[in-house]
Amino acid sequence: MVNKRIRIDHKIICRMVKPGSKVLDLGCGDGELLRLLADEKQALVQGIELDEKEIYQCVEKGVSVFHGDIEAGLIGYPDRSFDYVIMNQSMQETKNLTFVVDEALRVGEKAIIGFPNFAHYRARLRLFFEGKTPMTPSLPNRWYSTPNLHFLTLTDFDDFCRERNIRILERHFLAADKKVTLFPNLFALNGLFMVESKKS
Amino acid sequence: MKSETGNIGIVRPQFYTFGEPPHELQLESGQKLGPITLAYETYGELNSQKNNAILILHAFSGDAHAAGYHEGESKPGWWDNMIGPGKAFDTNQYFIICSNIIGGCKGSTGPSSENPKTGRPYALDFPMITVGDIIQTQRYLIDHLGIERLLCVVGGSMGGMQALQWVASYPERVKCCIPIACTLKHSPQQIAFDEVGRQAVMADPDWQEGRYYGTGRQPERGLAVARMIGHITYMSDQSMEAKFSRRLKEKNYSFNFQTDFEVEGYLRYRGDNFVKRFDANSYLYVTKAMDYFDLSDGKLFPHGKTVPTRFLVISFASDWLYPSYQSTDIVKQLRVRHVDVTYCEIKSTYGHDAFLLEVEEETQLIKHFLKVTSKRP
Repeated sequence: MVNKRIRIDHKIICRMVKPGSKVLDLGCGDGELLRLLADEKQALVQGIELDEKEIYQCVEKGVSVFHGDIEAGLIGYPDRSFDYVIMNQSMQETKNLTFVVDEALRVGEKAIIGFPNFAHYRARLRLFFEGKTPMTPSLPNRWYSTPNLHFLTLTDFDDFCRERNIRILERHFLAADKKVTLFPNLFALNGLFMVESKKS
Repeated sequence: MKSETGNIGIVRPQFYTFGEPPHELQLESGQKLGPITLAYETYGELNSQKNNAILILHAFSGDAHAAGYHEGESKPGWWDNMIGPGKAFDTNQYFIICSNIIGGCKGSTGPSSENPKTGRPYALDFPMITVGDIIQTQRYLIDHLGIERLLCVVGGSMGGMQALQWVASYPERVKCCIPIACTLKHSPQQIAFDEVGRQAVMADPDWQEGRYYGTGRQPERGLAVARMIGHITYMSDQSMEAKFSRRLKEKNYSFNFQTDFEVEGYLRYRGDNFVKRFDANSYLYVTKAMDYFDLSDGKLFPHGKTVPTRFLVISFASDWLYPSYQSTDIVKQLRVRHVDVTYCEIKSTYGHDAFLLEVEEETQLIKHFLKVTSKRP
């Protein structure tokens, strides 16, 4: 475990989270990120995951997890139950995206949201020159097999937050294994944001 | 399974009697009961810190014989594939207790036991019992065994309700709870099925207002019908299709009321078999205890705001008797109180019976959950 390479997005999220926090991960997969947060930040972690196989992985790792979809999974949590609600690569797969984001910001003080950038230059080139639906390392699936229901760019997310009274606290722009500083909406494969509701 | 598993071999039932007059047990109904005998079995060894004890709680018609073999018998206990060396409930690590319930007919005090006041079987003089009463008697047993805090309470169906009741009654004495295929409260549909079963028993003239003991007659038809209904609710449409389809017992239709279809034969066989091993009055009492069960609206936490117990809640996708929504209702209750809970809906086509059949999936979940729980303070 010690020598295992930690994904860059996991590393950044781990840096964002304060020690001893309560964390809910929506679409937590095999629980790897939550295990990391529990080990490194002594976080009290909880996941929600739809795939039954991943549930067994979470339980094996000692990560508490709820088997179900994100939308139903958030119901019942009191307001501000968590310090952070994470949606890393899962927000764009939800049907009622605005509802899920609102719920995440209701049950969590802050939300950490990561998503693939649809405006990466390779996506733009593919659409412009080949006339084909963009595919990039962060958008690896064909148009007919992608789990994504929504496609957005880093700029889109900025607009979304402004329109919905969401304050962006941190922005991170990621290439495959490092951060991007220059023209992020062109060169970042993924965006990772920490946000909170302006209402609070 | 990757790791090697074994069988625990020959086991013997044990008995614990308490509540002798004048120390009878006060029941939820206001009535008293005593003396009370509980039949139970144990597997594995209690460690010196006494922190490795797991209480297994059986379903409606189950008994204390959860694993291993009774002397001279070829059929192992009802959860033998889950309990033993290297299994989900590993007897090399844990001390496993399975207690029978009061009101039943498997060695514990119930309506067919002798009423000390009359010297005859209680019959309907046996007081009404609740799941809360059942758990209270088990607490006496756990005290008797010298265990302050159970590592785990676990059971399927009515066993799951008992596990939840343990947390409601004695939260500080339970480190983790694994309710499987169960509910916080019996729904009208569940009560309705139970009531049809009870009516079938009571409509049988051989029931004789419950005083059939020693008359040479007992409500065999009524009890068999009740059990047949039960078995239908334990299966799913899909599992019945797979198991029986429309297969016939003979080549052609009989064109009379013989058992034409395999499914009819199966239900009759199950019904007739049940009569040999189960007391009709126990059927009435125990189903009623289930129907009274209701830990909704915060009754799971009568002693305070939250509980220190960790939960693993398991349901099965095709279980329509205890549908998954009832398990997620449990989770929601726990969530509101910030209780540590894991929930898994196992994809299974076996219906409610799945909790006895989906051994591999349950093992994967339970084994690791117990391992992690034992390591925690």
